[in-house]
Amino acid sequence: MGELEQKLVWESHTRRKAWTVWGFWFSIVLLTVFCWLEMTEDTIWFFVYDAPVQAADLIDRMFPPEWLYINKLYKALWDTLNIATLGTLLGVILAFPVAFLAARNTTPSTKFVRPIALFIIASSRSINSLIWALLLVTILGPGILAGIIAIGLRSIGFVAKLLYESIEEINSTSVEAIESTGASRFQTIAYAIIPQILPAFLSITIFRWDINIRESTILGLVGAGGIGLFLSSSLNVLAWPQVTLIILVILATVVVSEYISARVRSLLI
Amino acid sequence: MRTWQRPHYLVPDKRWRIALWIAFFLYLIVGIGSIEVNWQRVYEGLERGGRFIEGFLNPNFTRRAADIYSGIYESLTMTVTSTVVGILLSIPFGMGAARNISPKPIYLFCRSFIAVSRSMQEVIVAIFLVALFGFGAFAGFLTLTYATIGFLGKLLAEEIEEIDKKQLEAIASTGASWLQRMHIAIWPQVMPRMIGLSFYRFDINFRESAVIGIVGAGGIGATLNTSIDRYEYDSAGAVLILIILIVLACEYLSGWIRKWVS
Repeated sequence: MGELEQKLVWESHTRRKAWTVWGFWFSIVLLTVFCWLEMTEDTIWFFVYDAPVQAADLIDRMFPPEWLYINKLYKALWDTLNIATLGTLLGVILAFPVAFLAARNTTPSTKFVRPIALFIIASSRSINSLIWALLLVTILGPGILAGIIAIGLRSIGFVAKLLYESIEEINSTSVEAIESTGASRFQTIAYAIIPQILPAFLSITIFRWDINIRESTILGLVGAGGIGLFLSSSLNVLAWPQVTLIILVILATVVVSEYISARVRSLLI
Repeated sequence: MRTWQRPHYLVPDKRWRIALWIAFFLYLIVGIGSIEVNWQRVYEGLERGGRFIEGFLNPNFTRRAADIYSGIYESLTMTVTSTVVGILLSIPFGMGAARNISPKPIYLFCRSFIAVSRSMQEVIVAIFLVALFGFGAFAGFLTLTYATIGFLGKLLAEEIEEIDKKQLEAIASTGASWLQRMHIAIWPQVMPRMIGLSFYRFDINFRESAVIGIVGAGGIGATLNTSIDRYEYDSAGAVLILIILIVLACEYLSGWIRKWVS
């Protein structure tokens, strides 16, 4: 009877698979505990326990926001908008050829050109725009030009990756139809491929623009122009009411740009 | 003779098309016009730009080896702990933010928490947490955890809202408890994608850990910041190459694990 009862209990995995799954989770737990111990080795716990008191103090100093400070922020907001928009344009212009070189069905050579294009995409994706800005400010000097180029360089990878994936997914019938008329390589791209990827391309661009607005608000922290410059100078002099206002302005900008991007993308699809 | 022209898909009306192009070029002129560039400074900087490219091609891993090693190590430990804790916390928040399984007040609370977390830049959050918790990896850990909750919570909520209802009803009709329904009807449906997304977030957290170090929240960013500030472009190149390699390794590993899971 006991044996029969045991067999009737339902299990969602075989014994072997259950052990593998268990081992997987167990190693994750071990790794996490190890990393936690290593990470908190230098943590000064006094500061951590003290944090709620500090937080209350900080909030007390941050409110009410210094509303009148907004008059100084309009120019910075305009700069931020320009960094994001012109940076997106730069990124998109550079990403367009990279995407065609990276897509399996349009690349001139899978052995040589494609890996290079994929490496460009990977490096641009791995390095945050703030790091690009940090570098470019030491090279070009502070100002919004460094911000625009930083945003552009960071956007290449994102736009090119999504774009080359959509190029790889196109319908090959129309490509063959155009090719059979004797069209050149560029004509094929212009008449068979671009019409198919255009909506995706525009929607990726708008999506990236929205992300770039978000990223360009902080580039000023390293001197690359925009509203972040004011954030950094207010933080340096501990003018917390100004900081609150700037953060509210940044949040509002982000929300508005997200709304615009969502609206435009729903029109495109 | 009439020649065939490629039809326009997006904006079929010619007047609208022209108006949009004019608006676009006007913005371009005004926008580019408002860039102030000190060409003298740019010209002087070009030599440094050349040195950076040179440094990137001939990275120097040895001069700051100790700093680079401890920075990368701290970034990785920060990334692992914050991703795991972030995932664990994003599960209740994600479930709370799914309209089909949670009551209205909880739904609204979780949704707004996620919205705030998503619209705050990691760096800004890090500035505040460093002010509260002091310099170092702990502030970075909290920042990344907070950002992970917003990211995964939103995606988990969307995933749960799109599940197949039949399975939930079938399990519920056997008299299963709430916990059993979540575990047997919902978890298997959302798990494969969540595992993929978790690895993706691990990747993002590592990249972000390089940035929040700039404002003092631990990790490789501090090392990178120092070497760029001292114009040691070969050390900076070494750090950037390590970041790229680790991100590529993460991507490769996550692809492999996703295949293994499905």
